[in-house]
Amino acid sequence: MGKVVKVAGPLVVATGLGQANLSDVVRVGPQRLMGEILSMRGDTASIQVYEETSGLGPGAEVELTGHAMSVELGPGMIGNIYDGIQRPLEEILKQTNSNHLPRGVEVPPIDPETLWEFTPVARAGDRVVEGDVIGTVPETPSVLHKILVPPNLKGTLKSVASAGAYNVRQTVAVLTKEDGTDVELTMGQRWPVRVGRPYKHKYPPTRPLATGQRIVDTFFPVAKGGTAAIPGPFGSGKTVMQHAVAKWSDVDIVVYIGCGERGNEMTDVLREFPQLTDPRTGESLMKRTVLIANTSDMPVAAREASIYTGVTIAEYFRDMGYDVAVIADSTSRWAEALREMSGRLEEMPGEEGYPAYLASRLAQFYERAGAVSCLGSDDRQGSLTAVGAVSPPGGDLSEPVSQGTMRIVKVFWALDAQLAYKRHFPAINWLGSYSLYLDALRPWFDEKLGKQFLQNRERAMSLLQGEASLNEIVQLVGKDALSPADQLTLESARMVREDFLQQNSFVDVDAFSSYDRQAKLLALILDYDRLCRQAIEKGAGAAQLLAIPSREKIGRAKSIPADQYVQAYGEIVQAMEHEIDAVVEKAGEGL
Amino acid sequence: MLVKMVENVAYDELAEVELPGGHIRRGRVLEVNGDTAVVQLFESAAGINLAQSKVRFLGHPLQLGVSEDMLGRVFNGMGRPMDGGPEILPQEYRDINGLPMNPAARDYPNEFIQTGVSTIDGLNTLVRGQKLPIFSGSGLPHANLAAQITRQARVLGDSGMPSRQEGAAIPSGKSGAGAGNFAVVFAAIGITFEEAEFFAREFQRTGAIHRTVLFSNLADDPAVERIATPRMALTAAEYLAFEKDMHVLVIMTDLTNYAEALREVSAAKKEVPGRRGFPGYLYTDLATLYERAGRQRGKPGSITMIPILTMPEDDKTHPIPDLTGYITEGQIILSRVLYRQGINPPVDVLPSLSRLKDKGIGKGKTREDHADTMNQLFAAYSTGKDNRELMSILGEGALTPTDRLYAKFADEFEKRYVNQGYGEDRSIEETLDLGWELLSILPTAELKRIRQEYIQKYLPKKEG
Repeated sequence: MGKVVKVAGPLVVATGLGQANLSDVVRVGPQRLMGEILSMRGDTASIQVYEETSGLGPGAEVELTGHAMSVELGPGMIGNIYDGIQRPLEEILKQTNSNHLPRGVEVPPIDPETLWEFTPVARAGDRVVEGDVIGTVPETPSVLHKILVPPNLKGTLKSVASAGAYNVRQTVAVLTKEDGTDVELTMGQRWPVRVGRPYKHKYPPTRPLATGQRIVDTFFPVAKGGTAAIPGPFGSGKTVMQHAVAKWSDVDIVVYIGCGERGNEMTDVLREFPQLTDPRTGESLMKRTVLIANTSDMPVAAREASIYTGVTIAEYFRDMGYDVAVIADSTSRWAEALREMSGRLEEMPGEEGYPAYLASRLAQFYERAGAVSCLGSDDRQGSLTAVGAVSPPGGDLSEPVSQGTMRIVKVFWALDAQLAYKRHFPAINWLGSYSLYLDALRPWFDEKLGKQFLQNRERAMSLLQGEASLNEIVQLVGKDALSPADQLTLESARMVREDFLQQNSFVDVDAFSSYDRQAKLLALILDYDRLCRQAIEKGAGAAQLLAIPSREKIGRAKSIPADQYVQAYGEIVQAMEHEIDAVVEKAGEGL
Repeated sequence: MLVKMVENVAYDELAEVELPGGHIRRGRVLEVNGDTAVVQLFESAAGINLAQSKVRFLGHPLQLGVSEDMLGRVFNGMGRPMDGGPEILPQEYRDINGLPMNPAARDYPNEFIQTGVSTIDGLNTLVRGQKLPIFSGSGLPHANLAAQITRQARVLGDSGMPSRQEGAAIPSGKSGAGAGNFAVVFAAIGITFEEAEFFAREFQRTGAIHRTVLFSNLADDPAVERIATPRMALTAAEYLAFEKDMHVLVIMTDLTNYAEALREVSAAKKEVPGRRGFPGYLYTDLATLYERAGRQRGKPGSITMIPILTMPEDDKTHPIPDLTGYITEGQIILSRVLYRQGINPPVDVLPSLSRLKDKGIGKGKTREDHADTMNQLFAAYSTGKDNRELMSILGEGALTPTDRLYAKFADEFEKRYVNQGYGEDRSIEETLDLGWELLSILPTAELKRIRQEYIQKYLPKKEG
């Protein structure tokens, strides 16, 4: 038991803690506020407290818990909303009967009373190693929760519970270790958040994460197990983009971390996700989502922890052999929390007041992503994809958080305020963004979508690039001075921008676009470009080609319902060929 | 201020410094270290005598006594009455820092508020429970716009709100059924007497003064007091909204002064400065103000917030507007260029944004065609502005006929849609119809963002 000697905001200094380990969780004061030991000197510890410390003074007691900051893992997390230190917010709401967050509330993260249908997979007498599946629980219609042998354990199963309903505290198996001691296994386990969960080995990612967003999937894809960053000034649509990825990604589990952002955004997710159906399972999207909400008005220290809490939960599901996406909005707010604590600890500041270890902490977070072979004898493969938003002050990417992030992530979706002003959404700048996964994903694309797909992508990119250069000339001499071919380039690029890249996440048909549909739509636009280019060579005028009725039809092609697009696109191509032929013929007559 | 030999002092506690003359100054404990407390005074330190002043710690943080009787009253920045009236008999005392709202307890704001201003209603729709700041610059008429919004704001189809015939949304005192559930909380933070007086007069003129709580910290009041003023106002607003079920509109002006006061205190504490000398926690600090807006599950009341800030040098990337923009749900930006052209209110439509608009518009809220026309107007105005620029470089001849129409559209849009003046109160139908009228300047084939069915239904038929 220690005593508080100093309180300065979330930083508390206490003495008499000689027994404590670094990073141990402590309970401070009469309200038993949760805190974590950041540094020790002699028996004096600096503690970061995860709750508001107002009213705390010297002399208050500090109680050691003896374990590091950890999360509770097990069935019951899906569909839940937690704060940064994994306290269930819905449950707090029920128990405290207050719309605010009172301090010192202790609610178990996973309801110990709920019963889960356990089906054994392993049998008594089986030799098991860490990561082996003991049994399964259908947690939600879309998630089959696998109960695993916790890491660092192996031996023989002495008994396995029979099928039936158990809560997370009840023993479902007894394991006899090699030294002969018995360990009782429950469906729940704890894991320290700052330590990555172990796996057999990592391998380079090879499959794309389909987000249903055309600019992402076709132009700047992220791989399953990869890392991506979305930097952008305010109002450029970071959050809408993050939500879109959370909604439509073809992963099994989504962990969405609202880190120092708006309360209403989390409410939006909470209200909207249960209404939306996952296009893959037909179930509600909430049935595969875990939310971590530490909004900007909630205590800063817990914001720092929220990222780790989220990624640890994600790793747990990855270990079951699932594809998991962690979406963090926004890592800049997390870095600010880090800066605030560092300032209170009176550490020597690095750039812009951020601590010198900012970049390495960022790297540690993103490195927890990856495609892995999970522990266990059945050779499951799982992946963890990390997508982080960055909120650079003033949109200036030279600041430390953006720079630290750009050095690590492989995909960069550069949001552009100018595009947002034009209501071009998603406002991802096609010239400033990049994806380093294209080569790794090439075999997958070639196999599933045909070689044409990546060629079309390159063609479209070169049109957009061409447009950017031509625009400079247009600024000087006007559009009419361009050759018909260049005019066509401008027009085709415009179609790529408006009819392909722009996507309205508020319109149901358009919010999600399958890979096949994306490939066909892009092919449609490029067919138009190709046919027109041939026609121009035959002497057709650009103005007549641009006026054909099919062009407007292409413009509306994205809003064709999902079950009709294959046929409709075919019809547009046919009509287009006729119309262009007619223009060529007319041009021929004119000569 | 450093106080030694203290006992049982807690962090964030309220301290009272008694001067030899009996005057009392208030402060807050910033840090306690053993028997030493660092106290930050809310008022000026002048007159404090080191030898004879006494410090008393009150054992609770700074509180505000709240009551419904606050309506119609004027308080100073520390919550003391300054209109010559009697002290308030508080129904309860509340910690001015409030408590963070449980995100699970929030209710998503989605009720359309008609402000009568086309650029807001049509393009950057305000909804109940939203925080929508006005980014202005020195010398721009943000006060007029804020006053116009306060005067005209109403929720359609809400029986609790007065009908259109009654005129103002905030009727004088007791008139109108259910009119009693609307209140305005106004926080003047370091603004000049004249500006504060403008609002006071405006509220008096419309009769809204009876439904208004005014907190006034003027430019010559102590800067540190400014840190408490918005919190006082929000505490009063929370009480009225979530205890008394009122719809509260909070106007705070000017947040730039608030942030500068925060910087002053931070510098005095010798903290490591972030950008432009502002403390690294400016974001978190601003968030604890702005996030107090909203709606709560199971409570009929709401807090809608319109903070006003002047961007130093009209620079949107300055930390104050920048961080505000990251927290609030959009922003209304005023443009000096438009103002110089005599366009009022000079709302710069393109960089302005309301993040909650999509949930507040459409069928049953405004009109089915709202979202589509909104997007089309934005896109068309943006293209039109580009073309107008091109035209000024290259001359009209260099543009295609369609491009010229876009340029014409941009002109008309500014002249008719944006420039409505501070006196005109447009209904949402009028705003939407005006939008269609302007869109009819363009060829129909260009209206790609609007669904075909709406074009047929709403687009004015061209003559001939």
